[in-house]
Amino acid sequence: MIRIDQVSKSFGKLEVLKDISCTFEQQGRIVAILGPNGSGKTTLIKSILGMVLPDVGEISVVGQPIRGRWAYREAISYLPQIARFPDNLRVIELLRMVQDLRQQPAHPEQLIKRFGLTSHLHKRLSTLSGGTRQKVNLVLAFMYDTPLLILDEPTAGLDPVAIIQLKEMLGQAREKGKLVLLTTHIMPLVEELADEVVFLLDGRIKFRNSIEVLKHTFNAANVEQAIARLLLNSGNAHRSLDRVSSVVS
Amino acid sequence: MIKILKYTLFDLLRSRSLLFYLAFYLAFTFGLFGLSADIQKVLISMMNVMLILVPLISTMLGVMYYYNSREFTELLLAQPIRRRDIFLGQFMGLSGSMAMALVVGVGLPFVWFGVGTSPFFVQFLILLGSGVVLTFIFCALAFFIALRNEDRIRGFGLAILVWLVFAIVYDGVFLLALALWSDYPLEKFALATSLLNPIDLSRILIMLQLDIAALMGFTGAVFKKFLGTALGSAVAVGVLVLWVLGPLAAIHAVAARKDF
Repeated sequence: MIRIDQVSKSFGKLEVLKDISCTFEQQGRIVAILGPNGSGKTTLIKSILGMVLPDVGEISVVGQPIRGRWAYREAISYLPQIARFPDNLRVIELLRMVQDLRQQPAHPEQLIKRFGLTSHLHKRLSTLSGGTRQKVNLVLAFMYDTPLLILDEPTAGLDPVAIIQLKEMLGQAREKGKLVLLTTHIMPLVEELADEVVFLLDGRIKFRNSIEVLKHTFNAANVEQAIARLLLNSGNAHRSLDRVSSVVS
Repeated sequence: MIKILKYTLFDLLRSRSLLFYLAFYLAFTFGLFGLSADIQKVLISMMNVMLILVPLISTMLGVMYYYNSREFTELLLAQPIRRRDIFLGQFMGLSGSMAMALVVGVGLPFVWFGVGTSPFFVQFLILLGSGVVLTFIFCALAFFIALRNEDRIRGFGLAILVWLVFAIVYDGVFLLALALWSDYPLEKFALATSLLNPIDLSRILIMLQLDIAALMGFTGAVFKKFLGTALGSAVAVGVLVLWVLGPLAAIHAVAARKDF
């Protein structure tokens, strides 16, 4: 469904993606994109959405190169990393607006109930707390029945109950045969949910395989440990240690 | 694009800055009519005010709107919507509603005091028309500046600079050049340089219609001498249209290549 072919991207002198190639074909799968801060996860995701335009290389979604196209985004639901919305809108207005702009069948009601947002519907977005904003963000991302679901740090700011809801929703998405790409820094979540791990470091894919293979390769008891060892193995020690702390934290 | 335009309008109507803009013009124009019942005098006063104020407010609101609606823009970019439509829709929404505020705010008092039956109706329409065109030009310039600069402070600074150059510095440098090289024939030079400034161009356009030689200034006189009223007006209008299309094309080019 997604094909990334030798994609590179720099912001000024900073090379964020270096010659990345990978494909995500299988449906009904949850793929975790991992990596320390600044490893290029968000840039990769935004490239798939056409928000960041690669310097070199080509990305295809559902069989079509995406450069200069926009209609393919009908197949994608996206959860941005930071829940930023127009401040002077109310929650209900935002939901209606996105539905009006997208013109695809949407089902927000169940999600609103699920996250207990009913009482917040008529509040302005600027008055909501960070966690509540993230819930609104999740409603926007999950209310469409699209084959592709791209979530950039879906757990940020969520309370434990909401995280359980999120896990359920992700499981349902997998059962429905959707392809889910998600980034997160919470390793137990990866261990519990992901079928596959893509590990990015300094803009390159360092590792890609199933959770079992990851743990086996690094002889680790859990994903957290495996990722820490993966980091220690790549690059010089003191630089990696910095990164270990940022991944593990 | 129509939908984006709709939501931009919706958003602007809430922010109230537009209502202030409208209220200011209403109060100011009614005030001028209170001072003088002579429509031509009010027309000239309004022209002087509008030529400074329209570009200033358009650039400021343009930059402000772009930066304030960044969240909205990012939300839109992830949806199945054409990029061009997002920025064009926002631009049309902003400049369109500002132009409406101007037309209503200035137009209403003039109509109230009987411009419709006066001999200055055409001049009045040209004044409003050039105000609208200036709104489009400076909103487009503001959007272009904001798109190119992620840093708000820098964006605002550049926007003010652009206004300052076109509204004030340009004329100063121009007059200085005329004074320095007054021994040489400068008509062609004057003609060319006034084409490069949309504010000067609008002034000339209105002056050509008002036919007040004393107020026309050097460029106005040159325009009239070389091109005559009809051809001069046509050239001025043509170049003003180019002044709208140029920045719009630049917005399109920058937006197509920008990372969000």
